[in-house]
Amino acid sequence: MQTDIVRQVKSNPKYHELVSKRSAFGWTLAVVMLAIYYGFILVIAFKKELLSIKISETAVMTIGMPIGVAVIVSAFVLTGIYVARANSEFDRLTHEIVESIK
Amino acid sequence: MRMRHSLITLAALLGSTSAFADAVKGPIEKQATNVTAIVMFLIFVGMTMGITYWAAARTKTAKDFYTGGGGITGFQNGLAIAGDYMSAASFLGISGLVFSSGFDGLIYSIGFLVGWPIIMFLVAEQLRNLGKFTFADVASYRFGQTEIRTMAAVSSLVVVAFYLIAQMVGAGKLIQLLFGIDYWIAVVGVGILMMIYVVFGGMTATTWVQIIKAVLLLSGATFMAFSALATFGFSPEEMFKQAVAAHPKGQAIMGPGGLVKDPVNAISLGLALMFGTAGLPHILMRFFTVPNAKEARKSVFFATGFIGYFYILTFIIGFSAIVMLGKHPEFFKPDAFVNGVIDKAKLITGLSGGTNMVAIRLAEAVGGNLFLGFISAVAFATILAVVAGLTLAGASAISHDLYASVIARGRSSEVMEMKVSRYSTIALGILAMILGIAFESQNVAFMVGLAFAIAASANFPVLLMSVFWGRMTTRGAQVGGYLGLATAVVLTVMSKAVWVDVIGNKEALIGLDNPAIISIPVAFVAIWLFSLMDRSKRAEEEALAYEAQHVRCETGIGAEGASGH
Repeated sequence: MQTDIVRQVKSNPKYHELVSKRSAFGWTLAVVMLAIYYGFILVIAFKKELLSIKISETAVMTIGMPIGVAVIVSAFVLTGIYVARANSEFDRLTHEIVESIK
Repeated sequence: MRMRHSLITLAALLGSTSAFADAVKGPIEKQATNVTAIVMFLIFVGMTMGITYWAAARTKTAKDFYTGGGGITGFQNGLAIAGDYMSAASFLGISGLVFSSGFDGLIYSIGFLVGWPIIMFLVAEQLRNLGKFTFADVASYRFGQTEIRTMAAVSSLVVVAFYLIAQMVGAGKLIQLLFGIDYWIAVVGVGILMMIYVVFGGMTATTWVQIIKAVLLLSGATFMAFSALATFGFSPEEMFKQAVAAHPKGQAIMGPGGLVKDPVNAISLGLALMFGTAGLPHILMRFFTVPNAKEARKSVFFATGFIGYFYILTFIIGFSAIVMLGKHPEFFKPDAFVNGVIDKAKLITGLSGGTNMVAIRLAEAVGGNLFLGFISAVAFATILAVVAGLTLAGASAISHDLYASVIARGRSSEVMEMKVSRYSTIALGILAMILGIAFESQNVAFMVGLAFAIAASANFPVLLMSVFWGRMTTRGAQVGGYLGLATAVVLTVMSKAVWVDVIGNKEALIGLDNPAIISIPVAFVAIWLFSLMDRSKRAEEEALAYEAQHVRCETGIGAEGASGH
């Protein structure tokens, strides 16, 4: 890529806005996913009887079941949250940056 | 005629976090020829051959071969990724694990899913904006092409080789079991079909094989799960209640059991699964098939949804099988009966064909012989889609990275590169068949775990640091990548899965089943240390080139576009 395009993009404040917003958002969501997953694994490793607690006295269903399914759903929801913001806000900023160098 | 077959169960998995449900283990005997399954499978082959013929006409350039022209939509790519990732052995293995130990199966499948959000947040768009055909394009973007591409190609080929051997051995055994044909014929058949798809149809054919397989597998599993749930009045509580009553372990199946034995092994396996997914060459390659970063992120969103949904289905299949298979005495071995009824204690061990057959048996229970044939054919199709993707990724590492960039130093013609990629596909296919047959009676359970560990310890650190750390240098990436690879391999050899189960020693040298918790930090620290110590002129230039890379990575300015058709 030509150096003048790089310089032009880098001097655009929107570029810095995009970079800082997106990286903060991406890393935050990554940390949330790590926390959910390793939280789940650590409970199993250290205090697994917590997940075997029944949801009511008469039920066989344990709280581990909905929690496990919730971890799966959370992975999908987190990617959805990222896509929703990236497709609107980040793509708009990217579009404006690309337009500005034409 | 009833044949006894003893596909070894995944019981070993309960005691070890290193064993992978993604590999089929142990000796099996072949089953009576299943005509319905073979007819259904031939229909699938006919359909995919038609697609390959159509794709071959569209595969003219290197871009067509590696990326299917780059015009695949995010939704299609999401399905193809799911088709690439959901292996037959994980469908059969995880539903079998749920059947034999309940909740532990859920823990296991969650590990395979959580890598996807990480791919979304940290690598998908970056790959699309910086890369062209292989993930080495991204890893080597501003670095010494020879050094980084060689390193990336070596670790990619090692990952592909282990993954492919495990799949081929699993394929041979499953097909033997499902279709009643000889092991070697099954392996050669899989090898030849995958070579035809990749050699003639390249990425376009591979993508469509994966999409069709994903649709068939998801709809088949959906039908099974819903039919099974219907018998419980769509009440999970009712299903769990009857399963607890029928299962020899009783209420214990409703919570974590022996899968996670200690925190260190649990975290190490989790790291390998989570970051390994983000370093698998055949998965990363799929991000070059879409036209832009927006479609790349849509791909991950759909893929995560499909894969997560699939794991929930396998969970329902495994649990309902606990109740439903017990109503079919014909599924059990003669020694499972006491006074003519199935002994509750033998529900798991007495299932004929072992627990890998749980999903197949449930298919027969809910949909009769026709649906059994369908699910068997889908399992075969699933194997084909996975091995085709792996072979394409391996061939690309040879032709695009090793041949075009390292050996020919960028002076090769596109025609020549295409030729090399096709010959590489054939060579890899033949090698896969030979190794598949050679490893028939070997214990290959460690191979998928090792493939994930290497992907997490060599490919992923170099890829991530090349994108996010401007100070990385060629030397740092090279040392870090090779060290990660070597550490993962050496530690795996010293672990129980190889040192005891394969080599036959009495005790493992280390208690760690999966090397990721050591090998991933080794790679990152080495990259960091050797980059900072690198005071060469080239290191300075590489740091300056980061600016331009960063701009392209963030905005997509200068990124590869889709081709005209």
